[in-house]
Amino acid sequence: MPELLEIRNLRIEATSYPPGEPPRDVVLVDDVSVSVAKGKVLGLIGESGAGKSTIGLSAMAYGRGGVRLTGGEIVLNGRDIRGLGAGGLRALRGREVTYVAQSAAAAFNPAKRLMEQVIETSVSHGMMGREEAEKRAVGLFRKLGLPNPETFGQRYPHQVSGGQLQRAMTAMALCPKPDLVIFDEPTTALDVTTQIDVLAAIKEAIRDTGVAALYITHDLAVVAQVADDILVLRHGKKVEYGAVGQVITAPREDYTRALVSVRSIEHVEKAEAPPLLSVQNVTARYKGTSFDVLKSVTVDLPAGQTLAVVGESGSGKSTLARAITGLLPPSTGRITFAGRSLSANLQSRSRDDLRELQMIYQMADTAMNPRQTVGTIIGRPLEFYFGMKGEEKRKRVQELLDEIEMGKGYIDRYPAELSGGQKQRVCIARALAAKPKLIICDEVTSALDPLVADGILKLLLELQAREGVAYLFITHDLATVRAIADRIAVMYRGQVVRYGSKTDVLTPPFDDYTDLLLSSVPEMRLGWLEEVLAHRKMESAGN
Amino acid sequence: MHPILKLVAQRLALGLLLLLAVSLLIFLGTEALPGDVAQAILGQSATPEALANMREAMGLNEPAHVRYFDWLGGILTGDFGTALTNGQDIGQAIGQRLGNTLFLAACAAAISVPLAILLGLVAARYQGRWPDKVISGVTLSTISLPEFVAAYFVIFLLTQVIPIFQPVAMVFPGMGFWERLQAVALPVIVLVLVVLAHMMRMTRAAILNVMQSAYIETAELKGLSPMRVIWQHAFPNAIAPIVSVVVLNLAYLVVGVVVVEVVFGYNALGQYLVDHVAKRDLPVVQAVGLIFAAVYIGLNILADVIAIIANPRLRHPK
Amino acid sequence: MRIPFSALVGLVLTGLFVFCAVFAQVIAPYPVDAILGGVWESPSATHWLGTDTIGRDILSRMIYGGQITIFVALAASVLSFSLGSFLGFLAAVRGGWVDQGLSRMVDLMMAIPSLIVALVLLSVLPINLTVLIVVMGLLDSTRVFRLARAVAMDIAVMDYVEAAKLRGEGQGWIIFREILPNALSPLVAEFGLRFIFAVLFISTLSFLGLGIQPPLADWGGMVKENKDGLIYGKSAALMPALAIALLAISVNLVADWILSRTTSLKGGRGA
Repeated sequence: MPELLEIRNLRIEATSYPPGEPPRDVVLVDDVSVSVAKGKVLGLIGESGAGKSTIGLSAMAYGRGGVRLTGGEIVLNGRDIRGLGAGGLRALRGREVTYVAQSAAAAFNPAKRLMEQVIETSVSHGMMGREEAEKRAVGLFRKLGLPNPETFGQRYPHQVSGGQLQRAMTAMALCPKPDLVIFDEPTTALDVTTQIDVLAAIKEAIRDTGVAALYITHDLAVVAQVADDILVLRHGKKVEYGAVGQVITAPREDYTRALVSVRSIEHVEKAEAPPLLSVQNVTARYKGTSFDVLKSVTVDLPAGQTLAVVGESGSGKSTLARAITGLLPPSTGRITFAGRSLSANLQSRSRDDLRELQMIYQMADTAMNPRQTVGTIIGRPLEFYFGMKGEEKRKRVQELLDEIEMGKGYIDRYPAELSGGQKQRVCIARALAAKPKLIICDEVTSALDPLVADGILKLLLELQAREGVAYLFITHDLATVRAIADRIAVMYRGQVVRYGSKTDVLTPPFDDYTDLLLSSVPEMRLGWLEEVLAHRKMESAGN
Repeated sequence: MHPILKLVAQRLALGLLLLLAVSLLIFLGTEALPGDVAQAILGQSATPEALANMREAMGLNEPAHVRYFDWLGGILTGDFGTALTNGQDIGQAIGQRLGNTLFLAACAAAISVPLAILLGLVAARYQGRWPDKVISGVTLSTISLPEFVAAYFVIFLLTQVIPIFQPVAMVFPGMGFWERLQAVALPVIVLVLVVLAHMMRMTRAAILNVMQSAYIETAELKGLSPMRVIWQHAFPNAIAPIVSVVVLNLAYLVVGVVVVEVVFGYNALGQYLVDHVAKRDLPVVQAVGLIFAAVYIGLNILADVIAIIANPRLRHPK
Repeated sequence: MRIPFSALVGLVLTGLFVFCAVFAQVIAPYPVDAILGGVWESPSATHWLGTDTIGRDILSRMIYGGQITIFVALAASVLSFSLGSFLGFLAAVRGGWVDQGLSRMVDLMMAIPSLIVALVLLSVLPINLTVLIVVMGLLDSTRVFRLARAVAMDIAVMDYVEAAKLRGEGQGWIIFREILPNALSPLVAEFGLRFIFAVLFISTLSFLGLGIQPPLADWGGMVKENKDGLIYGKSAALMPALAIALLAISVNLVADWILSRTTSLKGGRGA
C-alpha cells in the first residue's frame, strides 16, 4: 500500500534567546522517520518538549515562531513538501492536510460565527459551493454529536462549551475532505469525563470518513484507543516506533515500559488508626462570591498515612488544601490537627502549627524563588523554626540533600540549574526541613516525566516509612492514587461523594459519579473505549 | 437591558463620577494647599489690608465646601466667574479660544490618524525587516523629543533652511477657512510629528498582538491567502484595539496643544492657561484646567466605550 | 557579555552627560552669568557655541544648565521611584482596602494629564527647586506605582511567596527577600524611562517659564531665552534643544537594552 505521508530523517531547529546571552540554535527534533498509510492513524506520544507538536506541524511544512526544518524529507502524496513555494503550501494546507489544535477556544476567531469558519477552507479553496459546504458541515456536526446541528453553526465560539468547540474544530478539519488530519492534544484541555465523549466522536469521525491522522498526545492510554501505530518521543528523538499492540503489550524500551506500566510501585494500605488531621463539616467560599466551593466536607487522615483526594478540575480538591493551610478560612466547620483545634486563619496560627503542616506544589518551578540558592531555600525553614545558623545550618541542609538523594554539589546552585525532578526534590527537602507531621502534596507529580514522577513517588513513600510523616495527596490521576494511597476521598462539585480505605473506595458497588469517573479514566489496553461505550449504552438502555 | 447598553451606561456614569472627583481635586489642589492663596497671588510684600481685601474679593472667608459648590454650580450653569487680573468674563474668553484649540487639534488629528494607522500596518506587515526598522527607529527618536524641542527644529528647518513658512501662527476672527489652514500649517506639522510616533507604535503593537493569536495560526494553516488572513481574521479583531489607541492618543494631543500654542504664539486655550498660571490668576486656571481634564476624560471614556462595543463576546451574549 | 552597538552609544553619551554635570564647575570655560560678548555671536575659538541673547557663553551655560536639568530630573525620578514602588509593593502584598484606596487615588491622578495638574498646582505654589522636584516626583510616582504593583502582583501569586506566607514569614521578608529581588530588573529599566520623562517635563515647564527660574540656567529655559533668535536665523536655541534630545535618546537606548535583557523569549507564539 502506498504511504500517504513519509517523513525521513527529519531535523528541526529553532533559535532560542536566553536573557543576557547571545541567541543560539537548539535542536528540537533530531533524525526522526515515520510513515502513515492512507486511512491509518499514527500516534505521536511524549512529554511536553519532546517535539511531537513540532513534528505534527512539519507535515504541513509549518514552523511556529522561528522554528526551521533543517534536514530530512517530508513526502506527502508523492512529493517532498519542503520544496514547495508559498502558493504550493497554501494549496496543501487546508486541502490535503488540516489541523485540530489543543485549545479550540483560542483557535477559533472570536469575531466570526462557527459556520463561517468551519466551511471557510472548502469554499475559499473552491472545492465546494457555499450551500454544499454548509450541508456537509451540518452533517459533520451531527456525526460529532453536537446539539442542534442545524443551527449550531450560527453561534459564536464563546457561546458554546469547551467540549463542543473541540468537536466543532474537528468538523472544521474534516469539512474540506483532507487526506490527513493532525490532532494536536485535542482532548488534553478537557475534563476526564468530557474527554471520553470527544475521543469517541473523533474516533468515529476518523473511521467513517476514512481520513488518515496524526494523533499527538502525552497520554499513551488515550492514543492506544485511536492509533494504529505509535511513535514514542523523548527530547526530540525517537524512543520506540511500532504497531500499537506491540508498544503497549510488549514495549522494548525502559521509557516506554514506564509509560505503559505507569506506576511500578506496590503499596499495601495501612490499617485504620486515630486521626492526625480531622476535617469536620468544612464549608468555604471565596471572598465576594456567593457560591460554596466546599460543601460540608468531612475527612480524617491518620498519622503516617496517605489520604488521596481525587476529582476533576473544579471539584474543590485544591480548595480543601487551602482551607486546611489557612489560606482560605472556612465559613463553618472545624479542623483539628495533632489533637489541637487549628485556627481558621493563617495569621493566628502558632508557629508549631505552621511548622508541622507543610506543602509541596505542582509546579516546582514557581514554588522556589529563582533568586535564592538551594542552600537558602532549604536553610530558611531551619533558621526560621529552629534558629539554626552558619555551619550547623549548612550541615543540616546537606543531610537533607542526602536524604532526597541529591548528594553534594547542589547546595550553592540556583533552581534554574536543576532538572524538573531535582527541583521537586528540593521542594520536598524544604518541607522536610521543618520536621512536619503532615505534608500536603498538590498534584506534585503531574508536571513531571513519568520516569521522574515514579522516582518522586518512591522517595515520598520511603520518607513516610522513615519519618512517619502523613500526606494529603491531591491528584486527578487514579494510577498515582492506586500506587500510594491508604485512604481515598472522591470529590465532585465541592462535596466528598465517596470516602474510605483505598480498597473500599475502589471496589464496587459505586455511586454514580465515582462510577463515571473511574470508567472515564482511559485504561492502557486496546478496545477499552469501545467496551466502556457499549457498557454505558447497555446501562442507559436498561434504565 | 442589553448587556452592552448596561456596560456603556456604567462606563459613562463612572466617567461623570471621575469628572466630579477631578473637579474636587482641582479645587482642593489650588485652595487647600499649604500657604495662603491670597498671599501667593499678591506676593510676600503684600500689606495686610491688601491681603484682607483680596480674601474678601475671592470669597476666601467662606468655608471651603461652600466655595466649592458655588464654583461647581457656576460652571454647570455656564458661569466660570471673572478673571482676577483683568476682570474679564472667563466663559467668554474661553469660548473664543476653545474653537481655535479644537481647530488646531482637529487638523493635526486629520493628518496623523490615517498616517499612523498606515505606518503601523506597514511596520507590522514587515515586522523585523527594513521598513519596520526604519519606521520604528525614526519614531523612537521623535518620542524622545518634548513638543517644544520638536517645534524649534521644525521652525528652523522650514523657516530658515527651507524658508516656506512663517514662524508665527496668528489667527484672528474673520479669517477665512483657507487662510486659517495656512496659518496653522507649522504647528500642525509639529503636533503630527509628536503624536504620530506614539500612535503608530501602539497601532503596530495592537496589530502584532492580534497577529500572534492562535486563530491567526488556524487561518494560516487553512492555506488562506495573506490578504484573506488579514482582512477576514485579523482586521475584525484589530479594529477595537486600534480605535482605542487612536482615541487615547487624541487625548494626548490635547496636552501637546498647550505647549505648541505657546511656541507659535497661537491665541488659544493652552496659551491662555499658561499666561494665567504665570499671573497666578486662580479662577482662570481652575476653569481651563477643568476643561482640559474634561476633554481628556471624555476621550478616554470614548475609547473604553468603543472597546466594549467592538467586543464580540459582549455583542453576542450567551 | 556582548553589549549591542546602540546600547554602547547610549552608555557612552549618558556617561558623558553625567560627567559634564558632575564636574560643571571645573569644565565650564566661563561663569554662568558673565556677559562676555555681543548678542548671538556665531561660534568662534573663544566661544565654541557662540553667545546668547545677552552675550553670555552658550557652552558654559549649557554645561551648568545640564547640571541643573539632570539634578532636578534625577531627584524627581528618585522620589517618584521610591514612593511609587514602595506603595505599589504595599498595595500588591496587602491587597484589600489598602490596595483599593491607593489604586483609586492613582486612577484619579492619572485621569488628568500631568502637565495640566502641574500647571494648576504651580499657579498657587511658590516656584523653587524643592517644589518642582516634589510636584514632578509625586505626579510621576503614579506611573511607577502602576508598574510596581503589576510586577509585584505577578510575583505575589507565585507559589514561593505562598510558601513563605505558609511558613509564617513577616511582611518585611516577603517584600524585601521574595518579591524585590525578582522585581528589580523591570523596575531598573523603568527608572531610565522615568528619568527621561522627568528631563522632558522639567524642560517643558522651564520653557513655559514655570520651571527653573533665573539666575539658575537649565536647558528648557535656555531654549526660551534664545527662541527669538531663530527668526533672525540664529541657531542658539537649537543647542540646548539638541542636548535635551540627545540625553533623552541615549538614556532610552540604555533602558531599551536593559529591558530586552530581562524579557526571556522574544517573538514566537509560544507552544
